[in-house]
Amino acid sequence: MNHRIADRILVVVCFVGLFLPLACLVALLGDVMWDGVARIDWSFLTSYPSRHADKAGLLPGLVGSLFLVLLTGLICIPLGVGAAIYLQEYGQDSRLSRFIAINIGSLAGVPSVIYGLLGLGIFVRTFGLGRSLIAGAATLALLVLPIVVIASIEALRAVPGTLREAALGLGATRWQVIRHVVLPAALPSILTGCILSMSRAVGETAPLIVVGALTFVTFLPDGIDAPFTALPIQIYNWVSRPQAGFENTAAGGIVILLGLLLILNLGAVLLRAKLSKDR
Amino acid sequence: MKNVTRASGWGERLIEMLLLSCGLVTVLTTIGIGYILLSESLVFFKDVSLMQFFGDTQWTPLFADKHFGIWPLVMGTLLTSGVAMAVALPCGLAAAIYLRELASPTLRQWLKPSLEMLAGIPTIVYGYFALLFVTPLLQEFLPNLSGFNALSPGIVMGFMITPMIASLSEDALSAVSNDLREGAYALGAGRASTIFRVILPAARSGIAAASLLALARAVGETMIVAIAAGQQPRFTFDPQVPVETMTAYIVQVSMGDTPQGTLEYQTIFAVGLTLFAMTFIVNIFGQRLARGKRS
Repeated sequence: MNHRIADRILVVVCFVGLFLPLACLVALLGDVMWDGVARIDWSFLTSYPSRHADKAGLLPGLVGSLFLVLLTGLICIPLGVGAAIYLQEYGQDSRLSRFIAINIGSLAGVPSVIYGLLGLGIFVRTFGLGRSLIAGAATLALLVLPIVVIASIEALRAVPGTLREAALGLGATRWQVIRHVVLPAALPSILTGCILSMSRAVGETAPLIVVGALTFVTFLPDGIDAPFTALPIQIYNWVSRPQAGFENTAAGGIVILLGLLLILNLGAVLLRAKLSKDR
Repeated sequence: MKNVTRASGWGERLIEMLLLSCGLVTVLTTIGIGYILLSESLVFFKDVSLMQFFGDTQWTPLFADKHFGIWPLVMGTLLTSGVAMAVALPCGLAAAIYLRELASPTLRQWLKPSLEMLAGIPTIVYGYFALLFVTPLLQEFLPNLSGFNALSPGIVMGFMITPMIASLSEDALSAVSNDLREGAYALGAGRASTIFRVILPAARSGIAAASLLALARAVGETMIVAIAAGQQPRFTFDPQVPVETMTAYIVQVSMGDTPQGTLEYQTIFAVGLTLFAMTFIVNIFGQRLARGKRS
């Protein structure tokens, strides 16, 4: 009968272990909403930063983040999907592709701030791009590249081999098989993976700070070589200001950031549902 | 198969080469990281000897009286990561056991995605939460806790990496063959003793791998500690006082007005190299364990 008591305790302890992090999540969301929602109005979204907490807005951060995500996606998605196609459809078991796959695994574990140092050394200095939007986007692209590759490989792997064999049997070339059979079948999952990796890029702060994003910007970027800021950078700047009032401004920014991520994630879910229904 | 490829000519070949070069970008990234960290650190180590770097317990490169001992930053990193692991390991393991062995499928369907949400929240948000919610809350119980400390960001970071430990440990638990479970039950063992005596020991290498990968994540985490742990490099074991981690130092210098090309600025690459080496070693061990489990 000792079993019964031990089993009970186990269930309770394990439930508490699961419940604590979830409680933390609820507290976090509640705290941010409590502090921030009242701060959000139209002028918060359309104003420039200010020394006065109640006048500060996040327009440059918002615009900067949107440009960054667009550019990051343009650089990273073709590269990532291309690499995944090579690894899954061409290289299968060659020594080279195994090496690339292991390398991607290790890259996924490199801290994001290190990517900032990479971007600073390569894009800002060696390529002479300066502390620009494109340097930031290229850095973020390398950062999320492993995620895109891994998600795309999973998507391609889920396509049944019989489809490939049938197409090859009909006389299609390898690329024709990929282009007309494999890619269309894997597209919903690939797109979902890409959107999720972009939402990772939206929230990244440290690498952009190292690359040299500005914290107090009173203009919008007018090209890919312009100096820039981003939503999380703006929030960091507000969090680290000691003056009263910036706490709520930061919380307001966080609510907007989380809202943006929610939209991206919902978009991914809906897109996936729609695309897989259409077929 | 071979005929098809040959008949399709150089267009097919070209496409394959293009796709391969996409894959090679990831290799170039690794080479780039290694090259930048090593070459820039070399500039630093021309002026500062390894003896100064590893033999001093003060880190004050931005002050007039300069010391370049890395240990305070390493200590700050280990302290915050240690607190994080003390939270994440029990919680993550308990969550994995609950989700995998105890929860009903419906409950699991709801709980798992909710837990995963923790991993999707940007770290800057956790930083805000640690500094402005958790620290004041903890100060109610610990009057000596300073406004910046290792404890609060450590705890918050622990909750952030809990889903990682949970999901990797869950994989390890599901890899344990059902025969073992049924065998234990058939011998009259209860759930608790089956889990602690049979399943956990069988899954131990997977769980160890999960912990190592999560530890590497905590060591490299930046914004939470940059916001809530402070910017005072200090060689201490006390989680109640302000410290500075390696990552937070890199952010501090990047945000500040230290001119590029100076020795002070060059420190971030030496610190980056140390950080990279630490996470790399921990990750390698973690991945080796994870692979061993699978084969």
